[in-house]
Amino acid sequence: MSQSVEPAAGVPALRVSDLRTYFPVRSKGLFPKTIGQVKAVDGVSFEVYPGETLGLVGESGCGKSTTGRSVLRLIEPTSGRIEFDGVDVTGLSSKEMVPVRRKAAMIFQDPYNALNPRHTVGAIISAPFAVQGVKPPGGVKAAVQELMERVGLNPEHYNRYPAEFSGGQRQRIGIARAVALRPKFIVCDEPVSALDVSIQAQVINLLRDLQDEFGIAYLFVAHDLAVVRQISNRVAVMYLGQVMELATREDLYARPLHPYTHALLSAIPVPDPRAQKQREHIMLSGDLPSPAAPPTGCVFHTRCFQAQEICASEKPALVEPTTGHHVACHFPILEFLGTKEILGPDPGLTPRAGGSLAGAAAGSNDLIREIGTDYGVGPDTPIDPGPSIWR
Amino acid sequence: MSKTGVIDGPAALASDEVASRSLRQIVWARLRRDRLAMVCLIILIFLYLIAIFAPLICDLLGVDPYSFDKESISDSGGGPVGAWGGISTEHPLGVEWGTGRDIFAQLLYGLRISLLIATTATILTVFFGTVLGIVSGYARGKTDAVIGRIMDLILAFPFLLIILALSGVLTQRLTDLGVPDGNPSRIMYLIIVLSIFGWPYLARIVRGQVLSVREREFVEASIAMGASRYRILFKEILPNLWAPILVYATLTLPTYIGTEAALSFLGIGVLPPDTSFGGMLGNSVSYFSVVPSYLFIPGTVLVVLVVTFNLVGDAVRDALDPRAGRV
Repeated sequence: MSQSVEPAAGVPALRVSDLRTYFPVRSKGLFPKTIGQVKAVDGVSFEVYPGETLGLVGESGCGKSTTGRSVLRLIEPTSGRIEFDGVDVTGLSSKEMVPVRRKAAMIFQDPYNALNPRHTVGAIISAPFAVQGVKPPGGVKAAVQELMERVGLNPEHYNRYPAEFSGGQRQRIGIARAVALRPKFIVCDEPVSALDVSIQAQVINLLRDLQDEFGIAYLFVAHDLAVVRQISNRVAVMYLGQVMELATREDLYARPLHPYTHALLSAIPVPDPRAQKQREHIMLSGDLPSPAAPPTGCVFHTRCFQAQEICASEKPALVEPTTGHHVACHFPILEFLGTKEILGPDPGLTPRAGGSLAGAAAGSNDLIREIGTDYGVGPDTPIDPGPSIWR
Repeated sequence: MSKTGVIDGPAALASDEVASRSLRQIVWARLRRDRLAMVCLIILIFLYLIAIFAPLICDLLGVDPYSFDKESISDSGGGPVGAWGGISTEHPLGVEWGTGRDIFAQLLYGLRISLLIATTATILTVFFGTVLGIVSGYARGKTDAVIGRIMDLILAFPFLLIILALSGVLTQRLTDLGVPDGNPSRIMYLIIVLSIFGWPYLARIVRGQVLSVREREFVEASIAMGASRYRILFKEILPNLWAPILVYATLTLPTYIGTEAALSFLGIGVLPPDTSFGGMLGNSVSYFSVVPSYLFIPGTVLVVLVVTFNLVGDAVRDALDPRAGRV
């Protein structure tokens, strides 16, 4: 695995500082007034370096997709600073954005919606060339057919329509379109969650190959922790529009600090039913608070099993207790940090010590499902963290 | 045929020949396989051709719509001599009551004027309805509100009264602007009012479709790659609207022929000695019980026109739909 790219070198392909995206809440009626704000993204900062993948995880409605879209200014951010490859794009008009957009691309969740059903595959993949006025040597058609070949499509299907392809093939078309102009980074908005498990692994492998070949950075938005584990170098965990924890993949999955990350990881289903029964699930109490009226202090304190008085009054800053491992929590779960041995090539979640989590994971270490390799092609087990744990 | 990278899908069946054809060729190939559509298309083209070459055809047959033929009508009452409105070798479809003018020639010349008015008005209606509908649906906000209120205003107006009331003034105005007096400015007036009162219906349909299409991710994908607004509106969204637009156009054109007929009947159509379908149908009312062919001849042509237009429209829509059966 070429997953050990060391960040912190050179200009980040994408730098986001204190990004906020608020949606106004309007009153109904003839003369609507703004009566509030939904803080979909509330002060998110991160960098993605060339050739690196930053995973962005969190439950539905936590603002991860909005972050992805705000970065590309598909949704206009309220404040913050966005840099593409060192160029500040925050204040650019939509006309001025056009040349900068060559550095960026997006891959969408729903391959059925992301391709214009009235355009041929050739027209879809050549659109970036046409829009940006790029004339590849050898002609557009040759370039498009080369791209099709590269992503595993038959170049002879140049004049086919998206309706004639399967979901996985359509996602390949979307990927070919995204990499057409060799962007610096690609925002992948749940690119595999609409696909079959076996196809997911193929698409992820394709994304990884393209990254190795072209040095593209990915901002990989997903809710499936197993998928994120597969592709990410670093992972950011979001909750209610804020980053709770940001760490390298190894750190996050083996030594999570934030109680929310612990809860998320404990929700990953284990393919072995006995182990699944024996291990501990962290049941978060309560519902996801409304982002229109987020809790004071730490936004997670209403559901946190570690919460104390200070959590309700004071918002924890995103600190870096160990190098590269950022966490926003007053009481991170630190006990086993650096003390437990990680076993096996795919350690999964390490059993935890500590009061609230005592007796965790007695059964199996293999908590994290490797998709596509071991279990992916088996019976269609649900991939999402099921809704039961949120109650 | 299928390459190693290709996973599955129905795509593996077709030949290279299919793969290398352009959209227009594909649509045409599909249309050609639809026998009914082809028959209708041929009839339509035929009708347009005889309308365009009406003077030539009339010359060849030795008839013309203007000259009176006292021989062919009876001296008492002016009714046509002979059965079925006086059908004879000289007058293939009979003659007009009272004047003896040739019905066949009138039909050709009437077709010419009716098709001119209806076709031009339909093109204008579709153009304005589509453009304003797309802009309104995509822009939303203030633009949408302004266009929406204009549409409401037009739809709320009593169409017929306004047309009747304005006809004198506006026809005069057109003459002042240099349009020849008489029928040319009357025809132009009809085209203008039909388009002005017609586009909001289509614009509403288009706007509704745009509201749903604009939310689809391929629009976002275009924005993300830096596409201009023009490209998004007319290259990405418009191709998804052809089905309702074509259906609307094929329904509108025959409606306009009917509306023009009604307006002619009310006296603001073309003036005699020129005539249109409307004029002919209007005239037929008085003689229906005696000479039903006056109604049936233009009526039949009108029905054929309407039916063929609808069938061709359906077929084109099906052929444009990439999800329809493969060639």
